[in-house]
Amino acid sequence: MKAEGRVFKYGDNVDTDVIIPARHLAITDPKGLAQHCMEDIDAEFVNNVKDGDIIVARKNFGCGSSREHAPIAIKASGISCVIADTFARIFYRNAINIGLPIIECPEAAEAIEAGDIVSIDFDTGIITDETKGTTYSGQAFPPFMQEIISSGGLVNYINKTSGE
Amino acid sequence: MGMTMTQKILAHAAGLDSVSAGQLIMADLDMVLANDITGPVSIQEMDHFDKEGVFDKDKIALIPDHFSPNKDIKSAHNCKYMRDFAHKYDITHFYEVGQMGIEHALLPEKGLVVAGDTVIGADSHTCTYGALGAFSTGVGSTDAAVGMSSGKAWFKVPSAIRFILTGKPAPYISGKDVILHIIGMIGVDGALYRSMEFTGDGLKHLSMDDRFTIANMAIEAGAKNGIFPVDEKTVEYLDSHLSDAKKAEKEKTGKAPYTIYEADEDAVYEETYTIDLGTLRPTVSFPHLPENTKTVDEIHDLAIDQVVIGSCTNGRISDLAAAAAILKGRKVADGLRVIIIPATQEVYLEALKAGYITTFIEAGAIVSTPTCGPCLGGYMGILAEGEKCVSTTNRNFVGRMGHTSSEVYLASPAVAASSAVTGMITDPAALPEV
Repeated sequence: MKAEGRVFKYGDNVDTDVIIPARHLAITDPKGLAQHCMEDIDAEFVNNVKDGDIIVARKNFGCGSSREHAPIAIKASGISCVIADTFARIFYRNAINIGLPIIECPEAAEAIEAGDIVSIDFDTGIITDETKGTTYSGQAFPPFMQEIISSGGLVNYINKTSGE
Repeated sequence: MGMTMTQKILAHAAGLDSVSAGQLIMADLDMVLANDITGPVSIQEMDHFDKEGVFDKDKIALIPDHFSPNKDIKSAHNCKYMRDFAHKYDITHFYEVGQMGIEHALLPEKGLVVAGDTVIGADSHTCTYGALGAFSTGVGSTDAAVGMSSGKAWFKVPSAIRFILTGKPAPYISGKDVILHIIGMIGVDGALYRSMEFTGDGLKHLSMDDRFTIANMAIEAGAKNGIFPVDEKTVEYLDSHLSDAKKAEKEKTGKAPYTIYEADEDAVYEETYTIDLGTLRPTVSFPHLPENTKTVDEIHDLAIDQVVIGSCTNGRISDLAAAAAILKGRKVADGLRVIIIPATQEVYLEALKAGYITTFIEAGAIVSTPTCGPCLGGYMGILAEGEKCVSTTNRNFVGRMGHTSSEVYLASPAVAASSAVTGMITDPAALPEV
């Protein structure tokens, strides 16, 4: 599985309140949530994001609330992958469980800049900054999590394995 | 190799003799929780399972508390959706307006979590129950859906940081000051993916409400869970808050209906911090991260527009008692809005009987029915552009309680109540005598 797109770049501790503010949490439809994605940190995000684009941020991305609305909004806005130094643990779980690709790579998260074109090969964990011509090795998922992602999320994984 | 308290509970939940940090396990759950924001998303997910229904109608708690009493039509729809689901599957622990409270105050009060349990909740502050000697952690809606359907959750066994608490806290120093001090020290990702295990002889000076507050905010340091050893205070709390099911279990077996786990003496901790509670000062987190802490001694002439006292962090009876002790015979500063929210109906009633509600209203504060409302910028106290609020809640992110230029200062009930009197962030000990 691969992803390629243009980068939106953010800093440390991007919290779930700025990814999807609570005033929109009564929305449960992914497309409705996507209309407000990143609203309180980057008001232009929803106007500029295109299918396949990539978010790159620094440490502790997705800290705060357990709201799955955050990765759902990011995925429904067309983002193909989030790269960060580290992810907050509930966001990390949620992203895997709903099938939003994420990858931890401090070196890539530091060097990649807004507007760069970046590609990611999830089988190898290799991140390539096509604009700069640089490559980085991201943290690959353990096999158990790869299986959840390749099943298309935790619900499908459970359906697949519960008969075993 | 020895196990931490968390690891021992997880080993039991996974049916294993031992586990070690980094190991992936599938654990059996004793309780699965969701609220009116995360619950509807979980319920939508449940339609996609091959298997219909829930794993155990007695081990699911559905609590409408965030935007309830319904703040608007969409919230009303979500609460109805959850209510219909609860009725369809005869969920025992669905608590409607009138019985409900803020989930993390309500579940311990009703005895729905006990020592030794493994609990997940689709709410990040589910880590609160670590105060009872349980493993509990926040998850998202899909994990909660899988939990409700199968009674299981996958975990990566966490490593741990140990906090040895010593000494006796000074007057006006509460669990909130302890946890804000710790988050200020280690940062908002200082415990990322790890357990925070609290120990030491200073624990005997911390009430159960203090411990709930401390465990509640473990997530604000990025932790998977926060956990306290079970001592006399825990046992007294557990025994006086047994659910009907646990009372029946006790009668049948003649034994305490909970399991006390202790960390092994040779348990491995990645880091150990020793904190003398006697040295702590009232602590405030400045915008826009809980780690931006200052003590009251470093804060001068910081005027505020609103005070909120409540939430899953600080809406319990001793929090209201601390606020009432300060507001008794005093008045809220001119032009300030003070919103006080008991966390549950029982806390509300107890505060009423103790005279606290009269004290609050006479001082010029308002008292609301239990809701998470203002903490997450839902309703009941949204901040306008540029406004500043001292709040006993748990997060002060950009836009958390309203406009993106508004500011939230996190503090204890005593500091919040003192600030309510002066209109500035104030050290409770510095208030003039009534």
